[in-house]
Amino acid sequence: MANTATRSFLQVAVTEEATPPLRVVQIEGLVILKIIKHCKEFSPALVTGQLLGLDVGSVLEVTNCFPFPIREEDEEVEAEGANYQLEMMRCLREVNVDNNTVGWYQSTMFGSFQTVELIETFMNYQENIRRCVCIIYDPSRANQGVLALKALKLSDTFMELYRTNNFKGEKLREKNLSFVDIFEEIPIKVSNSALISAFMTELEADIPVTQCDYDRLHLSTSPILERNVEFLIECMDDLSMEQQKFQFYYRNLSRQEAQKQAWLQKRRAENVARKNAGEEPLPEEDPTNPIFKPIPEPSRLDSFLVTNQIANYCNQINGVAGQSFSRLYLMKALHEK
Amino acid sequence: MGSSGQTVLQYVPSPASVSAKVHPLVIFNICDCYVRRPDQAERVIGTLLGSVLPDGTVDIRNSYAVPHNESSDQVALDIDYHQNMLTSHQKVNPKEAIVGWFSTGGVIGGSALIHEFYSREVNNPIHLTVDTEFRTGNASIKAFVSVGLSLGDQQLAAQFQEIPLDLRMVEAEQIGFDVLKPTIVDKLPNDLEGMEATMERLLALIDDVYKYVDDVVEGRIAPDNKIGRFLSDTVAALPKLSPNAFDKLVNDSLQDQLLLLYLSSITRTQLSLAEKLNTAAQIL
Repeated sequence: MANTATRSFLQVAVTEEATPPLRVVQIEGLVILKIIKHCKEFSPALVTGQLLGLDVGSVLEVTNCFPFPIREEDEEVEAEGANYQLEMMRCLREVNVDNNTVGWYQSTMFGSFQTVELIETFMNYQENIRRCVCIIYDPSRANQGVLALKALKLSDTFMELYRTNNFKGEKLREKNLSFVDIFEEIPIKVSNSALISAFMTELEADIPVTQCDYDRLHLSTSPILERNVEFLIECMDDLSMEQQKFQFYYRNLSRQEAQKQAWLQKRRAENVARKNAGEEPLPEEDPTNPIFKPIPEPSRLDSFLVTNQIANYCNQINGVAGQSFSRLYLMKALHEK
Repeated sequence: MGSSGQTVLQYVPSPASVSAKVHPLVIFNICDCYVRRPDQAERVIGTLLGSVLPDGTVDIRNSYAVPHNESSDQVALDIDYHQNMLTSHQKVNPKEAIVGWFSTGGVIGGSALIHEFYSREVNNPIHLTVDTEFRTGNASIKAFVSVGLSLGDQQLAAQFQEIPLDLRMVEAEQIGFDVLKPTIVDKLPNDLEGMEATMERLLALIDDVYKYVDDVVEGRIAPDNKIGRFLSDTVAALPKLSPNAFDKLVNDSLQDQLLLLYLSSITRTQLSLAEKLNTAAQIL
């Protein structure tokens, strides 16, 4: 008699298949410090590194990381890079660090990270690891007093589409995919071992005001906003180029349709004439005629990425502007006192 | 009688004020290694990386643990591992060199041997001890250099002498510091929340100053001239602008910000429109 409390082995084995969706990325303070240090040391160059950790249920724990050396554009460095990675993983294994790769991190400049390379790297990782995440850190925003750390993952629907490399309008409409759906941002949780918390509380006295407060209260935001708007303008240029490509495509398509119709009419007229004369009607389609060649539809991937980028810049501008408002009102109040 | 009167045990005074600066990353790393150490080991030993600043202070920036074997009277380090990690780290950051070594727990007999090994690698290595067991009741991190004890002309022994240590934090790390202190934080603060926290702190400071001034005026606290001068300097630092000019400045900035906000909202609307057009258009 089966006890309802215990499940049979078969049942357990079957239910293991469903993987819970990734909800939270739990990062250790150590990893954050390492990422900050690495990105800051090499800024403004962009750097990357590997994330190590564990995949537990709906939480992805990141417990350690190591940086990648900057690669020159060289043929032989490919093997070196792989060797370096293996070496580091082996060494870290010896000191009991989890050496499962769970993703990678990269630094960015003012939020301009959405490129095709990112997606390709994601796909590469996804083939080997079931769940991986990419952490983006923006060292330039540290001057404004913000810890700009984001965890990104490609959404599943997007991944399927990318695999089939099918970005036609129909497919996208089917899946109801808009440009915000490409990347999913996952909330980050920070955890620390109790030992480290104890150390930190002891060593750092609670200073009432820190340097980052000074940075936040700084009144001049124009250079940052200027850079943001500059990038925004560039992206708009790209977007308009993409739009033109589409316009061109649609125009060509409609022209082709018109040509097809005209040709078809002619054929039909011919066929009628031939029927009257008692001859075989010619086929209504002619595959050798160049006007029947289907025009390839331009991929929408680039325009999606560009749109995403623009949205990002807009959000950043909003954030900075919000901060400035608070600052200006504060100044006003102080002055009146 | 040709011999000198008394030979005094003297030690060479430490080289002119060597002090060390430690980045918190190093402490985090050491604690993490300690938590992950293999079961039979009582302590963790590893290498410190960093650089020597032009004024003589040693800047400790990075570290990694090295597996070791410890028995009652001997300590043996895995030197190959140490070399491998060193080359790997230097591939990423060639400027970081060995500046010393660390161990959790206090200074013990075996430390001298290890210290000698490291002195072969670098001149005057720093030995960092991190007291992870909280033996003295509070967290203590100490740095030592080896100082020679000599009797007349002969080198007798070396002694570990403590040097001043400074826990330094770069700004970017400080921002994250509030996030790093507690054991678990549910989400990273975004821009506006950080702003709020900062303003609260500023308000608290201003309140403190108010209270102090009130107390002095009422005679409760003896006035301190230095503080008074500082306060008057601060207040005088507010630029003297006529209210009109000031209002104009503030309003101009406000308008600029509003303009940008409007621009970004328009851009976003444009984006969603373009999106719809792109995917919804069909040629029938």
